[in-house]
Amino acid sequence: MTAPSRSRGRGWSRRLVALGVEAVLPVVLVVVWYLTSAGSTNFYFPPLSRILRAFADSWFGSRFTADVLPSLGRAGAGFGLAVVCGVAVGLLLGSSRVARSLFEPLVEFARAVPPPVLVPVAVLAFGLGNSMRISVIVAGSVWPVLLNTVEGVRGLDEVLRDTASAYRITGWRRIWRVILPAASPPIMAGVRTCLALSLILMVISEMVGGGNGIGFFVQQSQRSFALPEMWAGILLLGLVGYLAHLVFSAVERRLLSWHSGSRQSSRGES
Amino acid sequence: MLSIDRVGMRWPGPDGGTEAIREISFDVGEGDFVCLVGPSGCGKTTLLKCLSGLLTATSGRVALHDRPIDGPPERMAVVFQEYGRSLFPWMTVHGNVALPLRQQKMPKAERERAVAAALAAVDLPGVARQYPWQLSGGMQQRVAIARALAYQPEIMLMDEPFASVDAQTRADLEDLIRSVWREYGMSVVLVTHDIDEAVYLGERVVVLSDKPTVVREELAVDLPAERDQVATKALPAFAEIRSHVYNLIRRSPTTGPTNRLATPSTADTPG
Repeated sequence: MTAPSRSRGRGWSRRLVALGVEAVLPVVLVVVWYLTSAGSTNFYFPPLSRILRAFADSWFGSRFTADVLPSLGRAGAGFGLAVVCGVAVGLLLGSSRVARSLFEPLVEFARAVPPPVLVPVAVLAFGLGNSMRISVIVAGSVWPVLLNTVEGVRGLDEVLRDTASAYRITGWRRIWRVILPAASPPIMAGVRTCLALSLILMVISEMVGGGNGIGFFVQQSQRSFALPEMWAGILLLGLVGYLAHLVFSAVERRLLSWHSGSRQSSRGES
Repeated sequence: MLSIDRVGMRWPGPDGGTEAIREISFDVGEGDFVCLVGPSGCGKTTLLKCLSGLLTATSGRVALHDRPIDGPPERMAVVFQEYGRSLFPWMTVHGNVALPLRQQKMPKAERERAVAAALAAVDLPGVARQYPWQLSGGMQQRVAIARALAYQPEIMLMDEPFASVDAQTRADLEDLIRSVWREYGMSVVLVTHDIDEAVYLGERVVVLSDKPTVVREELAVDLPAERDQVATKALPAFAEIRSHVYNLIRRSPTTGPTNRLATPSTADTPG
């Protein structure tokens, strides 16, 4: 019963080692990139040192508030809405056979539409502002959350469901305390995909109709042959994606600590 | 208090479906301890689900205080065999025991007292902040029993509650159930396939047949209220009731030899 605290200590050092191992390859690649590109005269592949200078000039100034924050705001709003809508509709479809058979064909159709195709439709419906961009993000990234929630709710253990019923756990408490936690492992897997999709769709939606944002900046730089700036934008997108992944993993580890714990203990017993 | 009147259950399917239980009738009085015993695979769990309102019987009537049961009634607690799936792994032991009380909107101070008292009653102090999966199987089933006790039921249904724990733990839990039953004064209906357990625990035993399940006989267990794993089981009265029950189950018309029973040696017992 002292296992949790001990494994937490081991977990930290293990995580540090894992982080070190993870960092090796990127660091090597950056060094190789730096060295091989140092004398580059190729217009399309400028030296990394120039890209890094462009990176500092572009992002450590007014552009941060002018482009980066609006982009993050859109991605965040779209991602948040997608998760909320996906979980809400998924709960509904997961708990009602009638709703499921009614909506399943529609969901399968909508999910099969490649998200970038939605951009022109969204432009017609919402114009060129933020609501267009956010709706594109939501419409393209909601599906993994929705479908995984349906699966999670449908796969609810029978004994668990009977227990909740026998003790008359109903209404919101049943949803919050029983159904959603039980379905949270598949839901979180869906949220992870949703996060990646919302960043992609953020960029795509910003490449249409001008305005601002990282996607807009990358496209403008490319069109005006400011190649170091274009590369700096791409680098930033990669970094944003990686940071989002780190934050998500930390949240997931907290939310699902019971899950890994109970799986470990049942493995230990058998 | 709980009356079961000609309850039948038929699963839909080809050829009119399968009949799981047929015309089962018996009563559970206030403060009664009734054990339902029958061969493995008979409709015991189905019957218990009908009693708890988790299933609706296809015929007959289950009533609590003369009110027909059409869903899980208030003040009825259920303890399942699969404690690992019945306790919520994302909640601590405290959270699990307190959840039904939160639903009842019990004030916090009272709730804390009820949870602490229930955990003390099952002899599990000091594990409130742990998660169920950090505990042994026997301890997890104690938590499930504590959750039932904290609910302050007038009747507690138990579905093979000790079938998944080892023999020593099982004996301890049997004695625990007898003692909390006497302490809390509620009614208990316990389903088991183990004849020894049924006779040792019950004040009355309802013997069930193989599928389609019917009541073979209902008998009173005339043993002292204070029971002991060694002394009680050595009593001639215990052996007598046990072999009687054993013969009843072996006579089950729809089964062959009853080698599926938990106590095959019972037939040799004199009495």
